[in-house]
Amino acid sequence: MKKRGGLFWFQLGFTLLIVSFLIVPVILSMLAGLTVNYQSGLESGLTFRWVTAVWEGYRQTIFLSIALALASLAATLVLGVPAAYVLARARGGWARAIEELLVMPVAVPGLATALALIVAYGTWGGFRTSWTFILVGHVLFTLPFMVRSVLAVMHAIDLKTLEEGAASLGASFGQRFFQVILPNCRSGILAGALMVVTLSMGEFNMTWLLHTPLTKTLPVGLADAYASLRLEIGSAYTLVFFVMIVPLLVAIQWAAREPRARRMERA
Amino acid sequence: MSGNDALRPVSVRLERCGKTFADGTKALEPLDLEIAAGETAVFLGPSGCGKTTTLRLIAGLEMPDPGGRVLFDGVDVTALPVEKRNVGLVFQSYALFPNMDVRGNVAYGLRVRGMAKTEREKRVDEMLAMMRIEALAHRRIDQLSGGQRQRVALARALAVRPRALLLDEPLTALDAKLRDVLRVEIDALLRRLGITAIYVTHDQAEAMALGDRIVVMDHGRVAQAGTPREIYQAPATRFVAEFIGTMNRLAGRCESGRFVTAAGAIPWPEAPAGAREILFRPEAVRLAADGETPHLAGEVISAFFMGDHTRLFVAAGEAAPLVVEAAARRPFARGDKVGLVVDPAAVLTLKDNA
Repeated sequence: MKKRGGLFWFQLGFTLLIVSFLIVPVILSMLAGLTVNYQSGLESGLTFRWVTAVWEGYRQTIFLSIALALASLAATLVLGVPAAYVLARARGGWARAIEELLVMPVAVPGLATALALIVAYGTWGGFRTSWTFILVGHVLFTLPFMVRSVLAVMHAIDLKTLEEGAASLGASFGQRFFQVILPNCRSGILAGALMVVTLSMGEFNMTWLLHTPLTKTLPVGLADAYASLRLEIGSAYTLVFFVMIVPLLVAIQWAAREPRARRMERA
Repeated sequence: MSGNDALRPVSVRLERCGKTFADGTKALEPLDLEIAAGETAVFLGPSGCGKTTTLRLIAGLEMPDPGGRVLFDGVDVTALPVEKRNVGLVFQSYALFPNMDVRGNVAYGLRVRGMAKTEREKRVDEMLAMMRIEALAHRRIDQLSGGQRQRVALARALAVRPRALLLDEPLTALDAKLRDVLRVEIDALLRRLGITAIYVTHDQAEAMALGDRIVVMDHGRVAQAGTPREIYQAPATRFVAEFIGTMNRLAGRCESGRFVTAAGAIPWPEAPAGAREILFRPEAVRLAADGETPHLAGEVISAFFMGDHTRLFVAAGEAAPLVVEAAARRPFARGDKVGLVVDPAAVLTLKDNA
């Protein structure tokens, strides 16, 4: 084997240093959630007490966050994919203008959007206290990410010619859309879906204003826990968050994989 | 091939079909055109001449301006969208579906028609065999070369037994050698199937080789329609004369059965009265043999050895040099004085302002 020079060891050391700088806080936080007393360190022993406490006190926030993320995903798929299709097929300047306008909810601070929603719809009886009030905010915020990532793929493939090819073979609009357009935009839809789910899960700014005591989401609960309870409980909360979101993201990746690849895996 | 008796070609007629795009561009002046059943018509012209627009009108991908009509076998199909016209389309960019393998692509048109599986499979096998791509049946589209892709595209378009096959620059994306091979294949295929085919190209060699009839287009108008021979030997306009092949041109005047130019006189008994210019192809002019009296005298500007002949560019008193195909036996150098003999039976002129 080639003898490695000093530069190699220096680079390796530097990389490890950076990696540990990033990863150590995450590990420490997770450990804190499992430590009996964080002040006295690991010698105080490990426990699931805090995790159990989080589960008992805050599991509603976890379920609500997952429900919100999936509902946002459904809404952005139903609204965003057709919108991207229309924008991709339209050639006029107005379509480009709408594309630019779409990023507005991302550029405007979440708090401002939330305030606007409250001012406009806050007095609509049951709506204000329903979880769908938060959903509206999340969809506003995440829709641009879905539209943009689907649009990027649609611009990259020759959408118009593909569709004309399918039409010449006798395919109706519905057949073209579901059998040709959607499958070929799979990668954009997947990328958009991952963005929507993760952004909705972690959204705090807007949700903090939109929530009611009965519609607390996971990040809002996390802020609650950090502010009012022991550090260990907040950390255990983070741990639960990881355990929830990682399998969800993996599942979405898997579901969006090409059917062929999935078949081959099973075989 | 079994079952191709069901392939019934139609005649295609365009009546006053013009096309103005939404931005006001006039792509096509109102046009009348008839393509016979089973005929291969080639639309030829430079980019922007309206040839692709005409094809798209026939396909149903564009609507003609009000007043224009498209008829298949005399039946008005103007209002039918592309998916109801049953025409096969082959694109320059192939337009194959990347989410399906080769079989899936070829079967797609049959699938959307709801054809039963066994019959469908049989038809797909036939098509793959016809295009000699059986071995590629389960390949993904991105694993195919350009030539293979275009074969799949042809199989896909023909699988549904279209009433006409429309090809939009199908060979333009391929390299020269493959283009020649596939051109011969497409020609053989169209003859064998007897399908009405409309082929759009900017390549005159392709048009000559494939077309029963060539429709030369320029600026949204038909410049000339005729057999390849007519178009080549009797161009109707200056545009056609210059777009198809190479055309030599000399200015001069008629004088007692001869056409007198700055470089000499060419005998031309049938010269039309008042002809001011003479046109002839490179193969209608040769170098004068020893002792023969040349018609024209000129000086070699450049010479390209082509193997079987040498292509000479000869200055003969005009801004544009004459192109001459000389036998390849002797070498030529810049500045060589040459005498030229023109075949009087192969010269022509154009009507004024044609």
